[in-house]
Amino acid sequence: MYVAVKGGETTIAHSLDLLADKRRGDRDVAELSLEQIDQQLGLAVDRVMTEGSCYDRSLAALAIKQARGDLIEAIFLLRAYRTTLPRFGASEPLDTTRMVAERRISSTFKDVPGGQVLGPTYDYTHRLLDFSLAASGERPEAPTAPADATHALPRVGDILQRDGLLEPPPSRDDGEARDLTREPLVLPASRPLRLQNLARGDEGFLLALGYSTQRGYGNNHPFVGEIRYGHVPVSFVPEELGFAIEIGEIEVTECDMVNQFVGSHDVPPQFTRGYGLAFGHAERKAMAMALVDRALRADELGEAATSPAQDEEFVLAHSDNVEGSGFVQHLKLPHYVDFQSELVVVRMLRTEAEQRREQAALAQAAE
Amino acid sequence: MPDTTIQDTSPQDGAYNYGYLDEQTKRMIRRAILKAVAVPGYQVPFGGREMPLPYGWGTGGIQVTAAIIGREDTLKVIDQGADDTTNAVSIRRFFARVAQVATTTHTAEATIIQTRHRVPETPLTDGQILVFQVPIPEPLRMLEPRETETRTLHALSEYGVMQVSLYESIARHGRIAKTYNYPVMVNGRYIMSPSPIPKFDNPKLDRSPALQLYGAGREKRIYAVPPHTPVKSLDFDDHPFEIETWTESCALCGSTESFLDEMIVDDTGKRLFVCSDTDYCESRR
Repeated sequence: MYVAVKGGETTIAHSLDLLADKRRGDRDVAELSLEQIDQQLGLAVDRVMTEGSCYDRSLAALAIKQARGDLIEAIFLLRAYRTTLPRFGASEPLDTTRMVAERRISSTFKDVPGGQVLGPTYDYTHRLLDFSLAASGERPEAPTAPADATHALPRVGDILQRDGLLEPPPSRDDGEARDLTREPLVLPASRPLRLQNLARGDEGFLLALGYSTQRGYGNNHPFVGEIRYGHVPVSFVPEELGFAIEIGEIEVTECDMVNQFVGSHDVPPQFTRGYGLAFGHAERKAMAMALVDRALRADELGEAATSPAQDEEFVLAHSDNVEGSGFVQHLKLPHYVDFQSELVVVRMLRTEAEQRREQAALAQAAE
Repeated sequence: MPDTTIQDTSPQDGAYNYGYLDEQTKRMIRRAILKAVAVPGYQVPFGGREMPLPYGWGTGGIQVTAAIIGREDTLKVIDQGADDTTNAVSIRRFFARVAQVATTTHTAEATIIQTRHRVPETPLTDGQILVFQVPIPEPLRMLEPRETETRTLHALSEYGVMQVSLYESIARHGRIAKTYNYPVMVNGRYIMSPSPIPKFDNPKLDRSPALQLYGAGREKRIYAVPPHTPVKSLDFDDHPFEIETWTESCALCGSTESFLDEMIVDDTGKRLFVCSDTDYCESRR
């Protein structure tokens, strides 16, 4: 008897073998190493670490290799591993003024203390395919100025804030940091939880929502106060020591978006903020996140929330690509029992409709 | 003949706790289950974890099973009533691997039955646990998409919107045309989604001697129906609840009482009807 989508252990085993075979591809082509993925597909690694909520370049590279470059699948692999890891606690908040910035720009001022640093960016590349990359060859190293780790970079926002033109950042909440990966999201959510959700959220989804605000669906007149990318130290307070020690450095991209605000009954007109942060170098993600963060503050700032990007339930419930990918693709699972129930009813409804039509025709003929 | 053993591509199994989830997570899920049992039909939020299987493929049911399973348990997993559908095979294999548990296809032998879209035909007994995989736990979701709203509706037992939707179906079709995921009232208090089982199975939920646990992984909710709890399918006095019937009988075992799957067996559209519950069908042949 032929029954679709049924199959035992053997079928699944064969499918897994085929998948592993496809993953390796032509055996005459050299196999990718994790180091190659980390070094030469670094931005893919950054995205997988960000949306996978796990800062580990080699694990992210492994996930990308295993997923054959499908980044959402790689994010899923990394998260499913991360969820089994024990929690030691929460780090101290990152201090991004201590960042050793490779790149730092502000679009609100011609020059800013600490200077504009262009760094490595695709922004000014001409998008012409570089056929010289098709042939392998050594590239000369680019000249760089020595990094100054002792020099603190003031935030552009802080300068505006001094004059009262920009709202201060939210006061530090000394309560225990909530963890979205350990507790269910309960709505309405606090801003820290919203930001956690957005940081894990799908880049494409946030990009589309951020873009929609620019096209008038919840516009908040954004300016890039500042984007910076570089290394920041991570500090942790071990219980047995009682004071903070530096446990390492991570690369992050931070976006401080400055937005117009007309003021309200109690607050004079001033600029407001949207915030974005991502692991590695991910400006598109950090900027989109900042736009959506600001849009989601509509209620708090007394603005009319009429657009999708301002709708907390809509945004937070659908931002996660691992959830979305799973639920969309679960339609591939057999649904033939439910479909059978529908068949039974549709046939019955059609029979009844046919009977009604015939009766009506008979009644008409008798008249 | 190629080697058909499944290659272990994950990190060493020894790196994982018994039943995959760590003990702290299991305790958290058990607390949610206890609360769910104490308040039948109420959706308890829980800190759902990322599982190594995709969301929408039974992660809620898997977490519930992982939290309650022990070495002495015997597990049965079905999808569409069948033990041999690919996803059922995959989940059963997962637990055989991470919980070294005995598995069975016989309903009567199982202590835990994880299911998607069906309730077994063989009546369940005291001590058995039926774990449902739930895609959308909120029965009012298609009528009201906002969680903040539906939570309030449940708190106030404000269920008029559901009655109206059933009434509209009668007005439009002459009958309640809802066929699966048919809403039920649990213990006279909460309207509950029975998960997308056909309404044919709804009567089996009523006062069942087995414990029913419902897990929704993506939506991070657990709810339950304790043994012997009244579960009533919503209806009207002049439009009483009724289940699907077939004029055919099972082509394999001849049953006229079970839920039948319809199969198209040739290019001319010839049809064959067989039991959806494979264990029930095999036991009668």
